[in-house]
Amino acid sequence: MTAPTTTTGISDEVRDLANQEYQYGFVTELDTDVAPRGLNEDIIRLISKKKNEPEWLLEWRLQAFRHWITLTEPTWQHVSYGPVDYQDIIYYAAPKPKKALASMDEVDPELREMFDKLGISVAEQERLSGVAVDVIVDSVSVATTFKDKLAAIGVIFCSFSEAVQDHPELVRKYLGSVIPYKDNFFASLNSAVFTDGSFCYIPKGVRCPMELSTYFRINAADTGQFERTLIIAEDDSYVSYLEGCTAPMRDTNQMHAAVVELVALDNAQIKYSTVQNWYPGDAEGKGGVYNFVTKRGLAAGVNSKISWTQVETGSAITWKYPGVVLKGDNSVGEFYSVALTARRQQADTGSKMVHIGKNTKSTIISKAISAGHGQNTYRGLVDIRHSAKGARNFTQCDSLLIGKDCGAHTFPYVEVKNPTGQVEHEASTSKIGEEQLLYCRQRGIPEEEAVSMIVNGFCREVFKMLPMEFAVEAQKLLSVSLEGSVG
Amino acid sequence: MLKIENLHASIEDKEILRGVNLELKAGEVHAIMGPNGSGKSTLASVLIGREGYTVTGSVSFQGQDLLALSPEDRAAAGVFLAFQHPVEIPGVGNMYFMRTALNSLRRQRGQEELDPMDFLALAQERMKLVEMDQSFMSRSVNEGFSGGEKKRNEILQMAILEPTFAVLDETDSGLDIDALRVVANGVNALRSEGRAMLVITHHQRLLDYIVPDQVHVMVAGQIARSGGKDLAIELEENGYAGLGQQENADRMPVGSAR
Repeated sequence: MTAPTTTTGISDEVRDLANQEYQYGFVTELDTDVAPRGLNEDIIRLISKKKNEPEWLLEWRLQAFRHWITLTEPTWQHVSYGPVDYQDIIYYAAPKPKKALASMDEVDPELREMFDKLGISVAEQERLSGVAVDVIVDSVSVATTFKDKLAAIGVIFCSFSEAVQDHPELVRKYLGSVIPYKDNFFASLNSAVFTDGSFCYIPKGVRCPMELSTYFRINAADTGQFERTLIIAEDDSYVSYLEGCTAPMRDTNQMHAAVVELVALDNAQIKYSTVQNWYPGDAEGKGGVYNFVTKRGLAAGVNSKISWTQVETGSAITWKYPGVVLKGDNSVGEFYSVALTARRQQADTGSKMVHIGKNTKSTIISKAISAGHGQNTYRGLVDIRHSAKGARNFTQCDSLLIGKDCGAHTFPYVEVKNPTGQVEHEASTSKIGEEQLLYCRQRGIPEEEAVSMIVNGFCREVFKMLPMEFAVEAQKLLSVSLEGSVG
Repeated sequence: MLKIENLHASIEDKEILRGVNLELKAGEVHAIMGPNGSGKSTLASVLIGREGYTVTGSVSFQGQDLLALSPEDRAAAGVFLAFQHPVEIPGVGNMYFMRTALNSLRRQRGQEELDPMDFLALAQERMKLVEMDQSFMSRSVNEGFSGGEKKRNEILQMAILEPTFAVLDETDSGLDIDALRVVANGVNALRSEGRAMLVITHHQRLLDYIVPDQVHVMVAGQIARSGGKDLAIELEENGYAGLGQQENADRMPVGSAR
């Protein structure tokens, strides 16, 4: 059951037909495809059956579930939120094609205003809001050409569900190899109930010629609140992967617990960029998304390299520590992050770098911006094991405060068990300078523009790690997110 | 062009300006001298709209009530300050900053914005005035600049933004003689019929390079004396003693003011 995928020029008839299908065809059928609220082994069996999964995967899910029920939700993070009732969540609903809107006039005006500010093209606005048939057709046809091109060089890029059907041996080999189902409360839950996500495999010696973006994955929509992503880069390969989008994402599911696993073999490189803009909640912090994500890369091979770059401006609560396990000798791990908390947003984020191989190197650059009543915490672990001879880490955490009601906190953890290890940590906290603002304004730059200029300057080291287009969008996003936080 | 009448300014109950009166006509360059703490920099701050002061009196600029405008609107009206201590803005390119500033001004004045290529051409031409090379433009605003480089960067901004009224707040302080000459040449090149300047300085030597139409001596928040450029020379010899009425006016020779 998928959205209509007409591929050629559309006559009015087709358009009508497509709309009709939305109106009648799906809805009644859909209702039977929603699991009852709550979580037990039967629900997991149902999910696995609906997705036509092999026995081993069901077994893995069940093991994860049996482990999860022995765990309690962690409370050590520097965020606070009301209790989550895990038995009140619907863990399976068949992918639901969103009701197509006739035109942009039907889209929430607040959302449209945001789109305009971000400079998103009309066609793109329509696609994001689910408007009109031709746009859907457009993106499908783009995605199809894109897929053909990738297939020609052996790159597999598909939904996780498709991968389970078409490449079970790869999924079985790598699923849970970086983040075992016992890893933590949210990863266990995800392992038990994940519904979909992305799968990406780069064969030996292939340099993926384009940025892989969830944007182009046909059924990117509605991957649900328990997303699962797996990326494997074989020897001597390279891939750059983009996740998310700068457009505001609203979701009725308040809690999101995704898992992302990356595996880089000998001399392979994975660059993973995220722009996250989930709904942050209103000025009082109500209704925002809880984003509890486990992301980790395994730099398994010699000379392998994994880079995480993230720009986080959304969510009511963000709780994530993208990390790299540096197992291969000479492997490199990088983490570049911009996290903005405004309104009542809270973020507890940072990175984990685990050095196992010899001469492994890691870099952490974290830029935290707090405005309004935002609370921003950096929490990082640098763990240099016995075997990691000559390992090096450089960490830099900078915090920028805007206004007097926000906060920034830093909790760096360092464990060094090899005497040849070198760890450097630099941290700074600054208030956005009155003097800097006055200087800009004296030159004629209006206050809000000045704030966004200063903040973007503060984040430049991270932005320059993003692919060009993404970087431009990220800058705009930051400016829009900061609106109204001065004065 | 600019008329300041009975200007008072205080900060947390401490009165710093105590009734300043001053008038500048288009094309004129006035110098303000005076001992530390006499209120010279406060005057500059009040003119550009720095927050934190309680201000009374009036400042009329080309017929507009300057005190009613925000700092950015004053800039759009044509007011410029070469800061005494230009602040660093890490990560913001100097070129980008100046282009944004110029385009903001142009936008507020209803003029078309300059594209990066046109701006580059303009900047390159103006950089010659202050003998700056291209490498300054790709660095972050004032970051890691030496004292002299910062001051030259201020004059470069003045050359690019082309204000109608510019205040130079101790632009000479911390400059060696060569840098002073470069800065003064830049300033002199920008003197014009339609532009007025107020040069705040401790040192008579700057006025050898930038020859003012009038010199004012500020003591204890007031203009204690005004005169031609000979007044500066007289001050150099006799100090500020006897000029003011009260506390800040005690014997302080100009040359050792810093």
